[in-house]
Amino acid sequence: MADTAPTGHNTRRWLDLYRTMVRIRAFEETALAAHAAGQMPGPLHVSIGQEAVAAGVCLNLRADDRITSNHRGHGHAIAKGAGIAGMMEELFGRAGGHCGGKGGSMHIADFSVGMLGANGVVAGGIPIAVGAAQGLRLLGSDAIVACFFGDGAINRGPFLEGLNWAALYRLPVLFVCEDNGVAAFTRAGEVTAGAGAVARAEAIGVPAESVDGNDAAAVDAAAGRLVASVRRGDGPHLLHLRTFRLLGHTSTDKAAWRPEQEVAEARTRDPIARLRARLIEAGAADATLDAIAAEARAEMAAARDAALAAAWPDPATAWTDVLDTPAPEAA
Amino acid sequence: MDAPVTTETLTLVEAGRRAALQEMRRDPRVWVLGEDVARGGLFGQYRGFLDAFGPDRVVSTPISESTIMGAGLGAALVGTRPIIEMRIFDFVMCAMDELVNQIAKIRYMFGGQAKPAVVVRMPHGIWRNSAAQHSQTLESWFAHLPGVVVAAPSTPADTAGLLVAAIRSDDPVLFFDPKNLFGVTGPVPAEIDPLPFGRAREVRNGNDLTLVAWSAILPDCETACDALAAEGIGVDLIDLRTLWPWDEEAVAASVARTGRLLVVHEAVQAGGFGAEVVARTIERLGPASVKAARRLGAPRVPVPFSPPLEEVVKVTAPKIVAAAKATLGAPAAPR
Ligand SMILES: Cc1ncc(C[n+]2csc(CCOP(=O)(O)OP(=O)(O)O)c2C)c(N)n1
Repeated sequence: MADTAPTGHNTRRWLDLYRTMVRIRAFEETALAAHAAGQMPGPLHVSIGQEAVAAGVCLNLRADDRITSNHRGHGHAIAKGAGIAGMMEELFGRAGGHCGGKGGSMHIADFSVGMLGANGVVAGGIPIAVGAAQGLRLLGSDAIVACFFGDGAINRGPFLEGLNWAALYRLPVLFVCEDNGVAAFTRAGEVTAGAGAVARAEAIGVPAESVDGNDAAAVDAAAGRLVASVRRGDGPHLLHLRTFRLLGHTSTDKAAWRPEQEVAEARTRDPIARLRARLIEAGAADATLDAIAAEARAEMAAARDAALAAAWPDPATAWTDVLDTPAPEAA
Repeated sequence: MDAPVTTETLTLVEAGRRAALQEMRRDPRVWVLGEDVARGGLFGQYRGFLDAFGPDRVVSTPISESTIMGAGLGAALVGTRPIIEMRIFDFVMCAMDELVNQIAKIRYMFGGQAKPAVVVRMPHGIWRNSAAQHSQTLESWFAHLPGVVVAAPSTPADTAGLLVAAIRSDDPVLFFDPKNLFGVTGPVPAEIDPLPFGRAREVRNGNDLTLVAWSAILPDCETACDALAAEGIGVDLIDLRTLWPWDEEAVAASVARTGRLLVVHEAVQAGGFGAEVVARTIERLGPASVKAARRLGAPRVPVPFSPPLEEVVKVTAPKIVAAAKATLGAPAAPR
């Protein structure tokens, strides 16, 4: 896709994108380091190298729009505006986390900004997204739902069901297939018949387009068009974004099965570096961009330090948030 | 005293229909989704709803159980109150992720940010020789599952009252409609009040034996009670009505009096909820206060099709009578 000609307006948008992307990167690098240092419990799925997807899509959403996400959801949450302190505390299992320490990285949610939850089950967010869209319409809202999932999710039944459902009821859903080429330790292409997400969506009557997901400006432009169309009532769309998972599947996976050269080559297409180059070309100063990145790193380091110093959950809260209905009386 | 309430004699399925109708009229956020619901549903539970509420609130869906369940959840997360109709309980197996990993967990995992206020209706049990994939009673699986309320009524009035409570509850409620009893009639108030969860119904009173049951097996239990009464045996028959929460108090109070407990369910005996009722009651009262405690459920085989085969595995009134007598004749204080 050809680069959009630099204008003042674009530069401002790209700076927004850049800030979101470096904040996502800094958040995840900070979390990874804490995890490696043994300070953070549980598994961690990072999206390093995929930040343009979350940033480009969410820049086009309103505060009252909703998103659903998957196991690799830090970026989606940050881009939708989730509070960093609450996210960091959640990753460290602290009381002040968005979920009070009951969810962790894989179940980050921040309903106050319309982030309806990461999901530990591949494709688990798809039915929830279409239902949220149906509910919003019933309530008379014109908010839309963006539904993020990986290329691995398109082989699960809920993908087919959800697309059919959304098309049938013309629901305001933007399906975002974040295609990083892999599903855990397997290349998605090795286990996917046919031409993939776009072809499947089109077969069901959901208009779909494929964009370079490492080109933040291109993602932004495509998402802008599709979000407008979805909000107009044209029914669901699918946006297929080609990207690359630069690190392993989880914090402890080195993805050693991948040829080094493949990863090295992918690094040359790092979405943050590419957007930076484009910004420089459009007249942004190195110092400005460096300052944005430094600010993001400082923000995340401070959030980490605060989370590490924050209180653990009160053990009594293990019993809360189950049901309103009281349990049978204990003897 | 309250003013006399108008009641009507209704079938159980109609009682459920009236309850849903009342609540959909009361609260515009309540809607129903499921296969064929706009045509009234498989059993007529939603007859006339399409005309009353229109296609946005009475949504006939594709045969997409995962999404029926999951979309219901998503719609609840933005503030609507869906009734998720699963048509026949057995099909919930196609939506287990959405039910077990999503609906039952989401409030807890997200630290209370959202309450999934859904009702999942699942007509269950043996009905018209429908064979192994349309006859199951697996309510114990769900009583075992944290994060859900489990209702399993057996009368028209209880169906109506519990369904109203389920629709008004912010908790996810798994509602096991007893499909074999859909045609059973009973009085139902014109204005249906919610029936609190966790309160059992005293069906019969007697001092010799406590008989605990729920859902579709209740009429067989009553037949058995009649036969036992004819022999001078008095049975305290308790219908739990909900399995989570369940009325431990009522059962314990009865067993404290009778000293003998028999739990009967249509479901397979091994690992059934009867085991929990027996265990909790003995834990509460102490083994010395319980002279005998037994369970009667189905053998651990799938439900067969052919009527004589189905009869073999089914819990019936004569089997209940025999189990009651065994409980009465059992040696004192099992230790
Ligand atoms: C239903 C289900 N099956 C398997 C898993 C284990 N698992 C977690 S992530 C993953 C790969 C998912 O690939 P994709 O959806 O493409 O997302 P990516 O990890 O590439 O971001 C697998 C198999 C799971 N969480 N849920």
